[in-house]
Amino acid sequence: MADLAAESMLRDAAMVVGKDLRLEWRSRVTLSQILPFALLVLILFAFALDPDRRILEEATPGLFWLAVLFSMLLAIQRAYAVETTDGVIDALRLSDLDPAGIFLGKAAGIGLHLLVLEVVLFIGVTVLYGATPHGGLLVVVTMLLATAGLAAAGSLYGVLAAGLRVRDTLLPILMLPVVAPVLIAGTEAFSAAYANSSGDGWKWCGLLAAFSVLYLAIGIFAFEPLLEES
Amino acid sequence: MDAVVRFRAAVCLLGRFPALAGVDLDVAPGEIVLLQGPNGAGKTTLLRACAGLVPVTEGQADVLGVDLVADRRPVRPMVGLLGHATGLYDDLTVVENVRFWSKAGRSKRADADAALARLGLDGRLADVPVARLSAGQRRRTALAILVARRPRLWLLDEPHAALDQDGRDLVDGLMADAVAAGATVLFASHELDRAEAVAHRSVTVAGGTVNGLLAGSAQEVPVG
Repeated sequence: MADLAAESMLRDAAMVVGKDLRLEWRSRVTLSQILPFALLVLILFAFALDPDRRILEEATPGLFWLAVLFSMLLAIQRAYAVETTDGVIDALRLSDLDPAGIFLGKAAGIGLHLLVLEVVLFIGVTVLYGATPHGGLLVVVTMLLATAGLAAAGSLYGVLAAGLRVRDTLLPILMLPVVAPVLIAGTEAFSAAYANSSGDGWKWCGLLAAFSVLYLAIGIFAFEPLLEES
Repeated sequence: MDAVVRFRAAVCLLGRFPALAGVDLDVAPGEIVLLQGPNGAGKTTLLRACAGLVPVTEGQADVLGVDLVADRRPVRPMVGLLGHATGLYDDLTVVENVRFWSKAGRSKRADADAALARLGLDGRLADVPVARLSAGQRRRTALAILVARRPRLWLLDEPHAALDQDGRDLVDGLMADAVAAGATVLFASHELDRAEAVAHRSVTVAGGTVNGLLAGSAQEVPVG
């Protein structure tokens, strides 16, 4: 019975993420708007700190994750904007889709967009800031774990804000304090990777993994009541 | 036979205001029932309550054997609602929207394709993004989803709105087909001549105002 429920949840998640990827393919919002915004943030950081190139290099891990968080807000707003126009949210409620499946599908969609953004931003900091990491595996694992946590939290807070008229301004206020642990752990792990001391970085990956598991679990159980209230 | 819809002194609060207060309504299986009444009377709220989208906070409300006061969610997969909004993704094509929402309602792909054909959407419109459709074409697409899902209770809010003459005739045909297939139809309309021609009976929802200060009570009126 539990296997069937899990299978149904994953099938619904696949449907939702497939639909979201198709929407992005058609609209190109991430490619044409969010990605340029993320790169602009990197460039503005460089303008602000360029007089002292050393500071820019030292601050690369933190600036990278700040750029990811700012871009994430736009990705979440976009992910839920398509669900709140022309009665789509009612259609979701009336559907047979498992709410947990919708949550996982939205999280997967947001996560895939974030991964693309992170790869481009990583290339950006390497080129613009001249920072090269030594621990490649640590960088990849940090990105994957942080993305999972950000996507899960984003999917949850996205639906929470979806039904509100002030959602565009409320979402950053709700989200940024919640994802502060990802900023801290991601920055610390990246700092270790850039400083060639990966051993310290893996500890922070543990925190990122715990954050991801926590928000995935909360989302699976809390998404349905939040969808009801949105 | 048990009523498909059975409301007794049902109350729906929108915020602090009663959009419906003390509604009594019975709809028997296989009926086509017209809801009529002025703007703000509570027709849309009544349809949304039947769909389990707004809570019935007091009284008794049973739809398809589901007690909406206790838990309104189980009724949702069994009903089909066409509201003022169409519930379509603008950047998906007509066929993608109909297939997605049909699959989300556990219907087969063949049902979705048959519905597209029934609504005349299987030709050049099939691959057009919904954002480029006229209001009437969007309405047809939403109706195709309803047809594909084969709900036991059709809830239609102004189903003839935005449609041309052919589309309006098609809606009347769809309602007749649905009832012939064993479903029940509850719909709201201001186009009384056309609506009364297709309905088995009509019910007036009266007493409401736009700000919901007064309640809607359903009063049966014979058609014709």
